[in-house]
Amino acid sequence: MTLRDGWEMVVGLEVHTELKTTTKMFCGCANEFGSEANTNVCPVCLGLPGSLPVLNVRAVDLAMAIGFALHSTIASSTFHRKNYFYPDMPKDFQISQYDLPINSGGHLDLPDGSRVSIERAHLEEDTGKSTHLGGTGRIHGADRSLIDYNRSGVPLVEIVSGPDIRSSAQARAYASELRGILIATGASDGRMEEGSMRIDANVSVRRPGDPLGTRCEIKNLNSLRSLQRAIDYEALRQVELIEGGATVRQETRHWDESLGETSTMRTKEEAEDYRYFREPDLVDLVPDVTWQERIRGELGPMPAARRAALLARLTDPTSAQLDALEVVVDLGFDDIVLAAIDAGVEPSLALARAANELASGIDDIANLTTDAFIVTLTMEQGGELSATQAKTVLLEILAHGGDPRGVARAKGFEQLSSDSLGETVAALITEHPDEWARYREGDEKLAQFFIGQVMKLTKGQANGKAVIAELQRRR
Amino acid sequence: MTSPLRREDVAKVAKLARLSLSEAELDEFTAQLGQVLEHANDIAALDLEGVVPTAHPFGLINVVREDVRRASLARDDVLAMAPDARDGRFAVPRIMGEAP
Amino acid sequence: MRSALDIARDVRSGATTAERETASSLAAIRERNDELNVFLFVDEEGALGAARRVDERVARGEEVGSLAGVPIALKDNLCQMGVPTTAGSKILQGWRPPYSATVIGRILDAGAVPMGKTNMDEFAMGSSTETSAYGPTRNPLDVDRVPGGSSGGSASAVAADMTPLSLGSDTGGSIRQPAALCGLVGVKPTYGLVSRYGLIAFASSLDQIGPFAKNVTDAATLLEVIAGHDPMDSTSLPEPAPSLVRHVNDGVAGRRVGLVRELFEGADDEVVAEVGRAATALRDAGATIVELSIPEIHLTLSAYYLIAPAEASSNLARYDGVRYGLRVDGDDVAAMNEATRTAGFGAEVKRRIMLGTYALSAGYYDAYYGQALKVRTQLIDAFRRAYLETDLLLGATTPSVAFALGEKTADPMAMYLSDVFTIPTNLAGDAAISVPFGVGRAGLPIGVQLLGPGRSEARLFAAARVLEVADERS
Repeated sequence: MTLRDGWEMVVGLEVHTELKTTTKMFCGCANEFGSEANTNVCPVCLGLPGSLPVLNVRAVDLAMAIGFALHSTIASSTFHRKNYFYPDMPKDFQISQYDLPINSGGHLDLPDGSRVSIERAHLEEDTGKSTHLGGTGRIHGADRSLIDYNRSGVPLVEIVSGPDIRSSAQARAYASELRGILIATGASDGRMEEGSMRIDANVSVRRPGDPLGTRCEIKNLNSLRSLQRAIDYEALRQVELIEGGATVRQETRHWDESLGETSTMRTKEEAEDYRYFREPDLVDLVPDVTWQERIRGELGPMPAARRAALLARLTDPTSAQLDALEVVVDLGFDDIVLAAIDAGVEPSLALARAANELASGIDDIANLTTDAFIVTLTMEQGGELSATQAKTVLLEILAHGGDPRGVARAKGFEQLSSDSLGETVAALITEHPDEWARYREGDEKLAQFFIGQVMKLTKGQANGKAVIAELQRRR
Repeated sequence: MTSPLRREDVAKVAKLARLSLSEAELDEFTAQLGQVLEHANDIAALDLEGVVPTAHPFGLINVVREDVRRASLARDDVLAMAPDARDGRFAVPRIMGEAP
Repeated sequence: MRSALDIARDVRSGATTAERETASSLAAIRERNDELNVFLFVDEEGALGAARRVDERVARGEEVGSLAGVPIALKDNLCQMGVPTTAGSKILQGWRPPYSATVIGRILDAGAVPMGKTNMDEFAMGSSTETSAYGPTRNPLDVDRVPGGSSGGSASAVAADMTPLSLGSDTGGSIRQPAALCGLVGVKPTYGLVSRYGLIAFASSLDQIGPFAKNVTDAATLLEVIAGHDPMDSTSLPEPAPSLVRHVNDGVAGRRVGLVRELFEGADDEVVAEVGRAATALRDAGATIVELSIPEIHLTLSAYYLIAPAEASSNLARYDGVRYGLRVDGDDVAAMNEATRTAGFGAEVKRRIMLGTYALSAGYYDAYYGQALKVRTQLIDAFRRAYLETDLLLGATTPSVAFALGEKTADPMAMYLSDVFTIPTNLAGDAAISVPFGVGRAGLPIGVQLLGPGRSEARLFAAARVLEVADERS
């Protein structure tokens, strides 16, 4: 969707990502999604009187990794307290970085070639979670709220983009590319549905060339779809306000996914006075060159580079192949796909099997070795396994482990050796002399006829390409 | 430069700090806090351009811990402290408005 | 009451038992606690249990620490697992922490017997123990006077011979001032020397836990036990506890002692006279006395009354009625927070929260809090310069002897001024000790204060010991 003619939207995103650490940011409680309520809590993350925070080094490592991936400047940083009352925040202040964040500046290049600047990417702690009883189950109309502090103190990095985004599609592309980077750095699992990545969008509109308009901030967009819809809605709302002679009021707005609209949460006048000041219970963070270089050295290639590496192996890629490539890079299967291509597997086949079968078995991917993937695809390509059989073998290995030949044997996928294929084809030629003659004279359509016959005789266990090869050998 | 403390400033601060003050307390606090701030004006008036602020008395840096689990508290002990708890969670009166 | 050192020696040798010492401490507490209001909670059962465990260790021939069987009183802002801990506030009434402060683990390891929790100014905000929600503590030496504060209960416990040792906390003088007013040795250790983990925070960048004792050696013994790095406190100094007891009798020969004008000017004449006498005693013991002026000290009271309330306003936000302690209900959670805090906090705490909230709020931060942090830098630099030409500084601990109950409660500013000599050490993060020296009107004790740079505790104890000996002789 494009904005109404003569208008331009200006969008900046604040992306909060939970870091994939073993423990919380300031205590040794598990950083775990889905545990029973209030079981991963201790004096520190409950904010009990007398407790003190001690920084998790892994959170710093991951924050720096994000910084490197976004071409940020990594510098000495400090922690502040952001003071406001909210029941899911046990100390009634949030420990966050303020004027001296660990990562400043940087940029993110999107697949379409556009570049979005990064203002900062800083560390902070997450809050607990409230649920609402009575009424609708939402905040409004509830008469009591219940709080679980398992998430309290989980490490977050907030990545703030510059106001460089000009369409909702670009915003979506940015969030998607950033998500890929967060996964690639090992900083996040990128599971938006579990809230491990949450987005706030700052949206304003203007006539192209005009100074920036008044912005509204839309909070807590929890999917790429919500992000895109909310931005489109909000930009249009602002255009209509202005065209109707009104002005946009600076405020924080809430996105309602079911209604498909944003509504006022808080106006600028109602904004909190956070009374930021240095967190006296924590000391300065000064990552020296050795520390920084170790993190930089551990960093693998980012999605853009990995996409390019795969793309280089495809000639005239189809759009299906490009889609598969996206999935493969997103899920981190590019290494296994490249290894298969290097071992002689057709790029399109390797991509397809990775984007489908491997993707569906991603939780059990540890059961499948690169070698097993290559052997299965080589068997398929050589006619030893049909496409259906190869898929079955892959899924079986993902579910229960094993080697491809053993699994194929156990499944009763008889080896259709080239000898027996040759015999079958020879018999068919004898049986269908007319068809064979026409095929020899160049009627390629007859190949399909012979493949069909072979399939019928072998109950689908033959490989079409191998049949064609055999026919051509005999032509 | 700082202006003298007004009654409405005190009322605003009380709201920020989640305290409710009676009219008499408002008057009393305005006077008492005003006195302390007046005393503090001796430093508010100083020219300290270029002086680095000290938040910590000592310059320790990079105090971190390894990403290793430690025992959490038992949930029963945690909820035993709560003024109100239900379904394994802390219960509070309804929350008006979302977190900032 | 015998010294901690004697008790520990006799418990280890079998000449007495921890249980017997504990029983005698309990008897002393029973005798005067109603009158003085020293203990908010006497942990009779816990103390006897801890004592028996010490006796069992002795019986098994195990190495028992330097505080074997020594009864100790704990300020009520130290979290002790399962033991009511209120910080002197109604808002924490009935709260039993599910964990213990690091210092409590350390004293238990050393064989000490925690007797219970002592009264204090609410959240340590006060200089007389009169802001406690549980009523004031009286000075055992004159029950119509205050024991000082905020650690007034811990000071009174030792002064009333209920326990030979106690722990307090010092944010702006809360150990040294009551030590002076009760005739005790009180130590504010170097910031970071003692772990703050489990100490209910007042002002995090200033708070330190420290000992009270009747004599210098006992105080050094206790500090040695509780000091040393703790990985649970990010501001904990990285090194193990220093040797202190071994250096108590090192003397001051060759030391240069700065007599700082701003640290006794304005005090009562009798106090100034004792400071002068202390300087003479140190000189007689071989020290060189240098007269000094550190004018930056004039600004520290103002800086302190911005920095400490600012940090406190944030530290005390968590008392919101959601997770523990008092709750006063309301229609929604914000109303509940407000009702709880309004009912749960006393006037002094509210005053400081208000002051701190104001100092940090938009539009005022730079003028107040920001300036105060810069003044703090200037003070640190001034002390650093003073320590280039001296090893120690000498001054008064308090402007006067113990004042009457109720004398300063109506005038916060007058109360704040009673901390004027102790506050600079907290802002600088340095160490200081108050040691009884001479008596003033009505035979009430006077304390003089020795100050040193960070990590100078051994030096301070040696100088304090010189004054202790001189005072005994006079």
